Amino acid sequence: MINELNTLSIKKIQQAYAKKEFSATELTQAYLDKIKQENPNYNAFLQTQESQALEKAKFVDQQLKDNADSLPPMAGIPIAIKDNILQKDEICSAASQFLKSYKAQYSAHVIEKLQDNHAIILGRTNMDEFAMGSANKNSAFGPVKNPINPDHVPGGSSGGSACAVAANQSCVALGTDTGGSVRQPASFCGITALKPTYGRISRYGVIAFASSLDQVGPMGKTVEDVAYTYEAIAGYDQRDSKSLNHTVKKASDKLEKQDSLKDKVIGYSSAFFNHGVSDEVKDNFLQSLKHFESLGAHVQDIDLAHLHYGVSCYYVIAPAEASANLARYDGIRYTQRSDDSSSIANLISSSRSEFFGDEVCRRILLGTFVLSSGFYDAYYLKALKVRNLIQQDFIEAFKKVDYIATPTSPTTAFKLNQQNNDPLQKYLADMYTVPASIAGLPAISLPNGRSDNNLPFGIQLIGSYYTEDDLLTTAHVLEKAIGFHQQG
Amino acid sequence: MKYEAVIGLEVHAQLNTQTKLFCRCKNEYGQEANSATCPVCLGLPGALPKINQFAIEQAIKAGLALNCNIQLNSVFSRKNYFYPDLPKGYQISQFDKPLCLGGQVDIEVNEEAVGVVLERIHMEEDAGKLLHGDSSENKGGSLVDLNRAGVPLIEIVTTPCMNSAEQASTYLKKLRNILRYIDVCDGNMEEGSLRCDANVSIRPVGSQTLGTKVEVKNMNSFKHVQKAIEYEIERQSLALDNNEEIHQETRLWNPEKGISITMRSKEESNDYRYFPEPDLKALDIEQTWIEEIKENLAELPDAKKQRYIDDYGLPSYDAGVLTSDKDVAAFFEHALNALSVSEKNAKNLSNFVMAEVLRLCKELSVSINDLKFNAQDLAQLLKYVADGTINGKIAKDIVDTMAETGEKPQAIIESKGLKQLSDPKDIQPIIEQIIQNNPKQVEQYKSGKDKLFGFFVGQTMKETKGKANPGMVNQLLKDALK
Ligand SMILES: [Zn+2]
Repeated sequence: MINELNTLSIKKIQQAYAKKEFSATELTQAYLDKIKQENPNYNAFLQTQESQALEKAKFVDQQLKDNADSLPPMAGIPIAIKDNILQKDEICSAASQFLKSYKAQYSAHVIEKLQDNHAIILGRTNMDEFAMGSANKNSAFGPVKNPINPDHVPGGSSGGSACAVAANQSCVALGTDTGGSVRQPASFCGITALKPTYGRISRYGVIAFASSLDQVGPMGKTVEDVAYTYEAIAGYDQRDSKSLNHTVKKASDKLEKQDSLKDKVIGYSSAFFNHGVSDEVKDNFLQSLKHFESLGAHVQDIDLAHLHYGVSCYYVIAPAEASANLARYDGIRYTQRSDDSSSIANLISSSRSEFFGDEVCRRILLGTFVLSSGFYDAYYLKALKVRNLIQQDFIEAFKKVDYIATPTSPTTAFKLNQQNNDPLQKYLADMYTVPASIAGLPAISLPNGRSDNNLPFGIQLIGSYYTEDDLLTTAHVLEKAIGFHQQG
Repeated sequence: MKYEAVIGLEVHAQLNTQTKLFCRCKNEYGQEANSATCPVCLGLPGALPKINQFAIEQAIKAGLALNCNIQLNSVFSRKNYFYPDLPKGYQISQFDKPLCLGGQVDIEVNEEAVGVVLERIHMEEDAGKLLHGDSSENKGGSLVDLNRAGVPLIEIVTTPCMNSAEQASTYLKKLRNILRYIDVCDGNMEEGSLRCDANVSIRPVGSQTLGTKVEVKNMNSFKHVQKAIEYEIERQSLALDNNEEIHQETRLWNPEKGISITMRSKEESNDYRYFPEPDLKALDIEQTWIEEIKENLAELPDAKKQRYIDDYGLPSYDAGVLTSDKDVAAFFEHALNALSVSEKNAKNLSNFVMAEVLRLCKELSVSINDLKFNAQDLAQLLKYVADGTINGKIAKDIVDTMAETGEKPQAIIESKGLKQLSDPKDIQPIIEQIIQNNPKQVEQYKSGKDKLFGFFVGQTMKETKGKANPGMVNQLLKDALK
């Protein structure tokens, strides 16, 4: 019994709570034990919050006794939090030396929401430093390993959160997605993750990487778990000026009611397969197009002319914003300061050189360059124009189709020790996830079978603005079909 | 060679708001260091700016009062630079799309009308403050106070359109006056509410091309602005006369030494790498809101001056003096309103305010609102003059006492026995006594030395300790000396 506890879905846990099959304290303890046992292998957690988690579990147990009926779906559900989401009085390091002992002064909006929902926060998960990376190798606290095959990376930057869910160390997890940072690791680890419409989830209290792209994203083993988690944290927050004041439609209670894709039009672009896609990913994806059709959908090749500029556009805009967002880590405040304080300029530049990792330095330099006078028009301004064209492409496309499907990543999880000294090549790993981020569209990645060497494939569905509920519903139909397909 | 100066000013005005530009922290001078801070204005990780609508309203007010075009769509940008008092490593400011464009302020210098043309007004947040030095508190290091970080500012930028230090300081005074009138900025230069940088260049008279521009920073009084500009014109003229090149640079004004020194040259100038602030939406302003603000805009100094001339019949000079400060004008109007129709004599009041009240402000170096008496007290005093309780000379003595002790005029009159003697029965015996005591002067007067009349008036006033009604004294003396 105790082994199974860590595999249950949110709905199953709630049913078990109702039938008093186990307590929230027992469930929480099971997860904490699992983390303790396996963290040395995977390094998914930077810290567990054992006493707080057990205290919350105790509270939930009391609530289950007193007024079980009024408890929200997330009550008593163990969740892992990426280390760039602030929890008051807890360390929040963004996996950087710079903030290695920085304690948050306040909690992020999403944390307040989880607390209101009585979710049980298990701890802080490892990530790429300041969310920059797609392998989770850029953490100042060591890489995370892929629980499917520890010789491989879990993806990034939310690699710790993806690993925690995939390895049953947490029921669900929060990650953040800037250019694919929940979708790609979900794909690599064989789980599901949603990046909502930009502005759907408040960024208040989330350590910024690229402000115009960052979104918190729920990660789980099933679409349903992701839906529950999403519904708990989405919604308007007046503290985030980009927060959407737009009704969040529920998907969780209608998932079961739909089991075909009848009348749905799913678009894809054959131009997607021009560069850098592995054959197995391509085959896997083409097969799923047949799946869509067998489920009643109409599949259509569409023209998304500017999408292949997405990565270039992203790697101008994101570093530009990051260069400003990370300027506050200057050695004057927070926890780390260089000994070289011969002048203010030296203090600041030495602190930044010493405590930022290579990838962060690379992106800050890139961002500083593209914003500098003389290059602004050629790079940054041009990238904004491309961003607009990509957005227009999508808007046009969504006049014809309901969803756009792509592989989540051009490859399966690569090897941890695989040497790749070409950062530009690495950046192409985000080619499928970046366009939805640039356009601010909701997108979901779900498992799409395994490769010959047993590594997960992921498929991404991009929806139109504000249609997370439909996107989740469709993903759920697909999930059931793929599950059936895998068994067969 | 003869040179002509070309001057442009950049004025930072701190907006009068309850809270800061992007958070709900108090915007208040003089609080304990770092007590008025929160995650947003401290630039803590994860914090996001949230715009203060009232600050926008204040900036629009300023734009309307300075005849600017209010832009319906403006954008906040990040201005990136490193400094220990800049918590985020960037300042949220407006760059290529500011709130206001154009504008004009009309001034008069040496009876010449000058239109100072504005380029723009943009909004931005203030940075914090560094405390350097060896005080025991600092232990020789530097401390950062971020209370001021995030305080809303507007930067009012003129075109290079002024030609003398006097024009610049007159413009600055007028600007301060307008901003104070509409309650947008308290204009307190010592507390840093109004800060001024000047761009100064010179060129040979007759030349149309602009000379090399030098920016002078750190001037916190009208006097400093004037002196710094004069110094800079002189310095640049000397340099050109000696065939030296003028470097484009930023200089700091040192008021103690009366000189400016190089702060940074163009070579080391910052590349601020502006880009649109991704945490904020563009500022979209409704035309109706602008109209509403315009309708509720307080009367401006020029309009008030004209009204004083038209409605109160004041000379242009008086109207100008009274309206050159918002508080003086308010004091004047409060006093005038406290007088009844029959007592109302605007010119009398204006004389008294200009000659006595403003003199007291200067002597005591306080603003008119900090005097120990108010407009109602002054009106009461003038009522006593009008109804003959006291005479005008005594009133001047009483107002001095009022400023000194804060006592009410009536109390002073009573305690010092200053009531005017207007009854001939009280004055007649004194006059008779004086005539009796000065036979020689009486004789001389009667033989045609008319000037001696003043002597008798003086003697009478002296004898009555100034309390005698002067008209009455004149009349009785004339009769007695016939
Ligand atoms: Zn604040």
